[in-house]
Amino acid sequence: MPITYTSNEQVEVYRFSIPVTVGVPLLALFVQAFLPLRFPRFAVYFDLPLLVTIFFAMARRSPVAGLFTGAVIGLAQDMLGHNPIGIYGIANTVVGYGASSLGVKLDVENAGARFLVTLGFYLVHSAVYFTVARGMVNMTQNWSWSRGILAGLANAILGVALFFLLDKFKQRT
Amino acid sequence: MESVLGRYRNLVILVGVLFLQVLGLAMQVKRGGNDTENTRLIRVWAVGAITPFERTVLWVQNSGSNLWHNYFYLRGVRAENRQLKDQIEQMRLEQVRLSEDAAQARRLQTLLAFKEQFISRTVAAQVIGSSGSDLSRIIYIDKGENAGIKRDMAVMTSDGIVGKVLLVFPSVSQVLLISDQSSGVGAILEKTRLQGVLRGTANGEVVLERVMSDEQVPVGETVLTSGGDQIFPKGLPVGTVTKVGNGKELFLNIKIKPAANLSKLEEVLVLVEKQERQATADENVRVRAADILAQRLPSVPDKPATDAIPAAGATKDAAKPALDKPTVKPAGSTTATPPAAKNPSATSTASSAPGVGQAAKPVDHAAAVKKSPTAPGSTVPGPKPDASQTKPTGEPSKPAEPTSPPANPQPPASESSPQ
Repeated sequence: MPITYTSNEQVEVYRFSIPVTVGVPLLALFVQAFLPLRFPRFAVYFDLPLLVTIFFAMARRSPVAGLFTGAVIGLAQDMLGHNPIGIYGIANTVVGYGASSLGVKLDVENAGARFLVTLGFYLVHSAVYFTVARGMVNMTQNWSWSRGILAGLANAILGVALFFLLDKFKQRT
Repeated sequence: MESVLGRYRNLVILVGVLFLQVLGLAMQVKRGGNDTENTRLIRVWAVGAITPFERTVLWVQNSGSNLWHNYFYLRGVRAENRQLKDQIEQMRLEQVRLSEDAAQARRLQTLLAFKEQFISRTVAAQVIGSSGSDLSRIIYIDKGENAGIKRDMAVMTSDGIVGKVLLVFPSVSQVLLISDQSSGVGAILEKTRLQGVLRGTANGEVVLERVMSDEQVPVGETVLTSGGDQIFPKGLPVGTVTKVGNGKELFLNIKIKPAANLSKLEEVLVLVEKQERQATADENVRVRAADILAQRLPSVPDKPATDAIPAAGATKDAAKPALDKPTVKPAGSTTATPPAAKNPSATSTASSAPGVGQAAKPVDHAAAVKKSPTAPGSTVPGPKPDASQTKPTGEPSKPAEPTSPPANPQPPASESSPQ
């Protein structure tokens, strides 16, 4: 039973089987690349690979595992686009590290916490992406708070549902 | 030192991983424009891992859809068939009109020694995926090197241009859409003939840049490719102007609605081969009775009487049968001039061939060229485009008729009757 206190000794740490560790991020990347063909606005408001990064990072509660999970998923996401590789990688690395660090300290098993954490990390992710894309790659980017918050809320709602679904694949250590 | 590293181990690893990524990013940025080609090998892994899923899902989806639509859901097919037949009739009429315009354009292009690009081969491909990000507007198609696709080939649909091939893998290609901010297409406004550069914006809109702010650009004007980018042949539809405003510096900010629906692409055509050749007055272009008459009629009154008498005398025997024969019999004239009748290509040369009536009047050819645009209305009298289309096989015989004396008032009088 997951414990909801903030001590390292008391929090439950989960692990995942290899098929889930590899398959779920791949599936997220596939859905993210495929659904915009049918629903063009999907890519504007949802970021499934980011949600998967947050979920794995929070469940494993290990900052190192979290940052590597974020880096790998982010780099894979970069490879599907045509922009320089590393923009999503950096953003997801930061999110993975942050989510797992937060997971150690907070109860992230209830829906409310998950909603807020996802919303917050979506904004962090957008900010890092914006900074790197604009500052390093010199891409033209327009920051919009309204769009950011709307997309953050959409991701948070989807995240809560998705996390409960992915909870079924958790294995206790 | 060790204790510090041990204490901040996680943070050190984070900084290390971030540093490596920043370093990699900086190297790619420094290399510049051809970055996607440099990182091709790495991208192959991701594309290779994702595209099999996409292909499978699309295959299942298409199979199910075909089964439903082709075997079960056939409601309204008859009505649709009838509607399509009506549409074909309408399009045939339109085709006749357009072919006249095209023939005229070719003649003028020949005069100007224009070189134009022709689409000689395209490969149809299915869209199987996207980048999954609104910051990288690309799609993946299910054809690659194996189908002859190469980098920088133009991609389009029947509605308009879509983008260009950015990266090619053995069985998949990455296509950069015209709505991406790193894309650029040479474009021209159809009526005002103003040229500019078509670019995508960060939020996925398409704008036409580099049009001076003192120019008048009407909303709704069609935008075509200008051919200046050496990727898209000239004259392909791009979109329509939706909004015109003042942009940066001295240029207008012209928003374009793409002709192709870029957000819902299913099948596209990749232009794998294009030819650049000089325009010619097409040998296979049909010469209509009205064109021939237009060439011949003006020559009649200008004919010098002195030439007419010996000519009439010389061709008296030849003229007689022509007079005796009803002029509505093309078959008879075929026997009189076999070479022109047998060779369909002679139809174009017939107008400039040194016929009895024409050789003396080189001015007539120019007159005929000028007149031809006015003729179409008279040559397509009724809703029977087929009749006019099938004419070419019979018509070529008509130019051969100049064997009849030019001074003879009869042939023009009788031949003009169809008009």
